[in-house]
Amino acid sequence: MIWVDQIIQGILLGGYYALIACGLSLMFGVMRIINLAHGDLAILGVFAVSLIAALTGISPFYALAAAIPLMALLGWALQRWVLERSLRAGPLVPLLATFGLAIVIENLLFEGFGADTRSLAPEIGDLAFDSWMVAGQIYVGYLAVLVFAVAVVLLVGLQLFLKWTALGRAIRATAEDPDTAELVGVNSRAAYAIAAAIAVATTAIAGTFLAMRATFDPYSGPAQLIFAFEAVVIGGVGSLWGTLIGGIILGVAQSVGAQIGPRGFLLTGHIVFLLVLAARLFMSGIDWRAGFSRSLRSSGKGRPL
Amino acid sequence: MSLLSVERLDARHGLLQAVRNIDLAAGEGEIVALVGANGAGKTTLLRTIAGAHRPFAGRIVFDGRDVTPMRAHERVALGIALVPEGRRLFAGLTVEENLRVAGDAGRSGAWNIEVLLSTFPMLKARLKTPAGLLSGGEQQATAIGRAMMTNPRLLLLDEISLGLAPLAVDNLYRSLTTLFASGTTLIIVEQNLNRVLGVATRICCMLEGRIVLECDAKDATRERITNAYFGLRDETRRTVRP
Repeated sequence: MIWVDQIIQGILLGGYYALIACGLSLMFGVMRIINLAHGDLAILGVFAVSLIAALTGISPFYALAAAIPLMALLGWALQRWVLERSLRAGPLVPLLATFGLAIVIENLLFEGFGADTRSLAPEIGDLAFDSWMVAGQIYVGYLAVLVFAVAVVLLVGLQLFLKWTALGRAIRATAEDPDTAELVGVNSRAAYAIAAAIAVATTAIAGTFLAMRATFDPYSGPAQLIFAFEAVVIGGVGSLWGTLIGGIILGVAQSVGAQIGPRGFLLTGHIVFLLVLAARLFMSGIDWRAGFSRSLRSSGKGRPL
Repeated sequence: MSLLSVERLDARHGLLQAVRNIDLAAGEGEIVALVGANGAGKTTLLRTIAGAHRPFAGRIVFDGRDVTPMRAHERVALGIALVPEGRRLFAGLTVEENLRVAGDAGRSGAWNIEVLLSTFPMLKARLKTPAGLLSGGEQQATAIGRAMMTNPRLLLLDEISLGLAPLAVDNLYRSLTTLFASGTTLIIVEQNLNRVLGVATRICCMLEGRIVLECDAKDATRERITNAYFGLRDETRRTVRP
């Protein structure tokens, strides 16, 4: 019974990982940028949410609704003024740029808000700790279920948006070949900027839920980035369905690992991540080193004018 | 007045000067065939007109407007479309999605998916197939169809028979008769002289980045074109190399 419980808790935890991984997956899938500031943007988002909530006295959920457009605007500006420029200099420069951005965000938050560890849990009342009893020994928390449901709705919604809407098709076409997308009338720079806006907006959601279920401080970002990155890689790069599955696999691995031994939580997650990574490289059946360097070279070409 | 006029265009790839000081005009409804050996600068010229390549010097005027500083998608909105060499389909998108992307982003007009399917009936059964899985002929039809979906006034066709089986080329050209008759201005780059001589109203031959022969299709003999193609005789406009 305890194992069933751990798996259920792991699946729900996986919902959070899928949520934090969503924006990273979208950005990597569309712009081929690994955004190392992703976790810090999530933390920036939750600081914005808690600031709005503190200033106006509204619930964190309403504050989140207010913060989402702000974060989207930030993502749009980030693409236009930082990522787009750095991409022109080659595929490795955005890595450096976002790494630098991560440090800037962390230290600005530290400067502005201090090192205190905070949480939004006190602001949301019963939701933070109440739970349903599913069966004899198994309880599922309201918040965990809510996070999972939001993750599913967000990832499935984004996938449907990309598949079925005109803007979604334009974004996918741009992701495949920005030059040719331009030639059929798609404004590739706008498509990139919209994708970045969506990606950064989702980090605010993930950050807020992190703050509701646990704690955060100005330096919480990098740890979230690692979980997000692992979920993206486990689920397969460039697929939002995969990211949902990847998050769940990571969550289950960690929960089951924690049941095996007290130190197993993080360790098992990392081991599963490495195993999946090794299996992918092994199964691709090609000289992966050549493939890797080729993909690095080729991802730098073909930028729009 | 001509729909397109290219004035003293100079386009480069780094130090390589691919297009040297070219003047070219195309009137409404004209079908201009651009011939020339590999490396003569035909593809660069088309890509520069479409906005996929930034010129080093010169001007491109379309319908009275200077489009030189415009990006490719803005030129599509004005009515310039390019079928790029090598087709460049969005391989992960289905045929229908490839067409719809262009249809949503381009101009509105007579061409839509239904009209296209009657032009290229072979695509009917393939609408839901990812474009990467099509045969060469189907891919080329999709690429042309994708450009048509933007309802261009000027369509640039770059080597549409490249890499296709002769039968597929026959098929393609048969489908294109609708397009040739539609009054759309066309600039066609083609290696196969027999193909273009049949449809073109004017022939331009490029050599080493310059236009060395320009004449009406009815005045073009194979011999004149061959001479210009290989640079055997200085026919017209060829400037002396420094």
